[in-house]
Amino acid sequence: MTVQTYHAPRTREEAVALLAADPAARVLSGGTDLIVQMRAGRAAPSSIVDIKNISAMQAVLGNDGRYTIGAAMPCTGLLRDEGLCKAWPGVVEAANLIGSVQVRNRATMGGNLCNASPAADSVPALIAAGATVLVVGPAGMREVPVEDIPVSPGKTSLAAGEFVAEIRLPVRPPRSADAYLRSIPRTEMDIAVVGAGVSLTLDEAGTCTAARVALGAVAPTAIVVPEAGAALVGTKLDDAALDAMAAAVRAACRPIDDKRGTAEYRTAMAGVLAKRTALIAAARARGEA
Amino acid sequence: MNAPEPKGKFRVVGTRPVRPDGIDKVTGKAIYGPDFVTAGMIQGAILRSPHAHARIRSIDTSKAEALPGVKAVVTSADFPGQSAKIIAAGETSSSLQNIAATCMANGKVLYIGHAVAAVAATTKAIAEAALKLIVVDYEVLPHVIEVEEALAEGAPILHEGMITKGLDPAPDRPSNASMVFTLAGGDVDAALAASAVTVSGHYRTAPVHQGYIEPHACVASWNADGQGQLWISSQGHFDLRNQTASVLHMPSSDLRTYPLEIGGGFGGKTGIYLEPVAMLLSRKAGRPVRLTMSREDVFNASGPAPGIVADITIGASEDGTLTALKLEFWNQAGAFPGSTIHSGVMTALGAYRLPAYFARGWDVVSNFAGTKAYRAPGAPQVAFVVESCLDDIARKLGIDALDLRLKNAARPGDPGPTRVPHGAIGYVECLEAAKAHPHWSAPLGPNQGRGVAGAFWGNYGGQSTAAVALAADGSVQVTTGSPDIGGSRASMAIMAAETLGVPYESVRVTIADTGSIGYSMVTGGSRVTFATGKAVIGAAQKVIATLVERAASLFGVEPGQVEWRDGAAHCLDGERAGESLSISAIAGKAGQFSGPIVAELAVNPLDYLPAFAVHICDTEVDPETGNVSIIRYTTVQDVGTAIHPDYVEGQMQGGAVQGIGWALNEAYVFDGNGRMENPGFLDYRMPVASDLPMIDTVMVEVPNPAHPYGVKGVGEAPIVPPLAAVANAVARATGLPMRQLPLSPDRVWAAIQAAK
Repeated sequence: MTVQTYHAPRTREEAVALLAADPAARVLSGGTDLIVQMRAGRAAPSSIVDIKNISAMQAVLGNDGRYTIGAAMPCTGLLRDEGLCKAWPGVVEAANLIGSVQVRNRATMGGNLCNASPAADSVPALIAAGATVLVVGPAGMREVPVEDIPVSPGKTSLAAGEFVAEIRLPVRPPRSADAYLRSIPRTEMDIAVVGAGVSLTLDEAGTCTAARVALGAVAPTAIVVPEAGAALVGTKLDDAALDAMAAAVRAACRPIDDKRGTAEYRTAMAGVLAKRTALIAAARARGEA
Repeated sequence: MNAPEPKGKFRVVGTRPVRPDGIDKVTGKAIYGPDFVTAGMIQGAILRSPHAHARIRSIDTSKAEALPGVKAVVTSADFPGQSAKIIAAGETSSSLQNIAATCMANGKVLYIGHAVAAVAATTKAIAEAALKLIVVDYEVLPHVIEVEEALAEGAPILHEGMITKGLDPAPDRPSNASMVFTLAGGDVDAALAASAVTVSGHYRTAPVHQGYIEPHACVASWNADGQGQLWISSQGHFDLRNQTASVLHMPSSDLRTYPLEIGGGFGGKTGIYLEPVAMLLSRKAGRPVRLTMSREDVFNASGPAPGIVADITIGASEDGTLTALKLEFWNQAGAFPGSTIHSGVMTALGAYRLPAYFARGWDVVSNFAGTKAYRAPGAPQVAFVVESCLDDIARKLGIDALDLRLKNAARPGDPGPTRVPHGAIGYVECLEAAKAHPHWSAPLGPNQGRGVAGAFWGNYGGQSTAAVALAADGSVQVTTGSPDIGGSRASMAIMAAETLGVPYESVRVTIADTGSIGYSMVTGGSRVTFATGKAVIGAAQKVIATLVERAASLFGVEPGQVEWRDGAAHCLDGERAGESLSISAIAGKAGQFSGPIVAELAVNPLDYLPAFAVHICDTEVDPETGNVSIIRYTTVQDVGTAIHPDYVEGQMQGGAVQGIGWALNEAYVFDGNGRMENPGFLDYRMPVASDLPMIDTVMVEVPNPAHPYGVKGVGEAPIVPPLAAVANAVARATGLPMRQLPLSPDRVWAAIQAAK
């Protein structure tokens, strides 16, 4: 592992200039994927641009019910923001399933997203949450839905010189909550065989008025399944609605057979997990959990 | 918990003092294999095969040699020619040719990760860059991984001309089966035919790795005068020295070998991989050379435990008395012959009374790293088969699983696996303790099941040397050649202190290099506390004899009139009767006698006894996902006498956890090219702490009368029952047979789906 140059810019503009100047540069935030890949010889960037020293890159900012999370905010840091934990328990729990505590003290949601693994835990939760990211680059800034960042395993839609600076979570209506579950053979320190994120809103009668369902590790990227969310809207999450939602989830799966699970198992688990996740989110929305 | 109360019989044995090596280990000061540095040392790196099976047409190292900073390049051409002579290779034996070929491929590569060339350079980066400049021309050959593929008609043969040993008549054609081992007695087919019930099953397990945290590493220095030094972390630096010296055709005494602290071995650090390569690099470079494996190298190129394919039938009468056992199994031995079929066969026959039996193991080679010993080598796989089948018998007859085992358990005097009668064994005591344990009768919830399994493990004695020396102040130096893997410094100090009658804290234990004490064989067969312990106790007794002799002289009486008690010589007779001389008073007067008080003793005790264990496991199976949770786990074991109960319990817990990992998720996963897809701890899934409940331990103490303190080996038996205990628990939770390991969620889910 040899790196020619390490940069620690103080501003977004500086970072953009450095990234634009070296097409083989890589962004470093927590480094829990990048450093591992470099040590294994799977990544050999000519320079590294560490974004942690840029202002607000390691902060959580709440403003009128909206949250802005710096792209280099470590996952365990999210746990310290009570308001965020209350508003987005599913996002926070997803980010805090990654690796071990030691890994999460470094690992970030920005890095989890831009590493573009289909099994990234925080990504389905962010997609279900309707999160967007602020991308900065040579042409200025743009706000992009989370699901539009990864395009295939290891590849993002970011253009040369661009990087993700912020993750943005929208205002929560009353009686809204989210949840994330994953299937792993162990209890921690593992990679999702399937991940499911659900975010939903109930009315005062307990009827679901809005729902987003997103899945990880069942396709080349994390995916949102609009049909699954639609199956919940207008219901009280009775068995028939959950079955319909699970069927929509399974229909959207395009997994592969690999060392972590068969396609058949992944597809079946996506349905099981989506149901369980929806029930946790609904219980949270009702204030029961 | 459940530690035996101090019995009053012993003063130090059975207590739980702090281990002498503990502070260095928890503060990071201890020097492990990859930590060691010596003056002028340079870095080595190894080029490994990308093919599972290929002939090496040529190797061009010229570009690598020309790279600035490169000091040496080595290939198999630098190794001396090897004979087919069989030598000890840790817990098994192997031919010199295969030992050398494990270190460096000779003519053919037999697995992905097989070493083909090595470089030493001034930096690791230069060494690795040089590897990329080595050109190897391979003729890729078809490969085999599974036993069935390896034995199929027309399969590619790994070792040309290899004829299966142990069959009569001998086969007339070469195959990938290196050897067959059979033990048989009585007419097994007739006994099965006459049995009231019989149960059969076809079983399969995957290769698994010991998973020690410390990778293999060594530093070698070979001087121009032919003498060399090796610094290694191993389970036995004498045996690794002997193997290295044999491969390099040098006298053993020319290769002084220094033990470093070992970060786990479990049988996997009983053979050589890097040592001769580092030596050859050092000789060429004129500098000490370090070689270290990466985790990926450890998985791909050190020795996992074999997978197994097995067919079994057990017969019983209506009351559950076993009538016959018929077992045939095929070990997936990896690239070299010599996997653990003998102990597998013994395992099948050691624990129960069997009027008729036939147990046969096949050693079958295929294209992954040659397997090596792993804690009770060969036993867990076979115990999985036998103890699962016994559970089927119990269910079929409606007999309690522990009662069935109690009814048939081997007792002292019963024939052992080779028909030599069992000595003072404690299997019945273990089964009774398990039955009496509250765990066995605790209620179970929905989707939960309770499994039980027993274990026999033969243990071993073997050669050890120890020395005991007194300083002038009476403090005690114990020296052995057995590395401290599981707390042996503490247990040796306890036994020496007990024997001498001195405080534990006044005894210090050193693990000496090969130039400083006589031979001790590798740590294996749970032999060190037993055999090296006997050497330490015997040497301490010789020291006592000298102390008594000198005290008698000082008292002016005959030695027979002096008693050694509580660390002092007591005069029993004459004018000074009732007076005593402390150990320091006598040791301090060494100048008046024939010199310092030192005794050395070499032993080869064969009066060891086997260990027996019973494990109880509760699992909960998620019927929708197939995830298995271990919700309660109890280990019961005959430990002889627990010298240091903390470390005995630690062995019981550690063995259980390794076995649980083997049962649930650990497996080598190969792709179609014979490449291991999971050579790292992310996807080679050993259990993590949150996967496990507290492992409860019950030590049953049935002492070995042939050991002064009753020691039986304890380290290996605890990995033997868990595979079956877990599988039996999952089978009872789901109502479905679980005959293939690991019981990963997708496999358990598929079984549940198939039964719907």
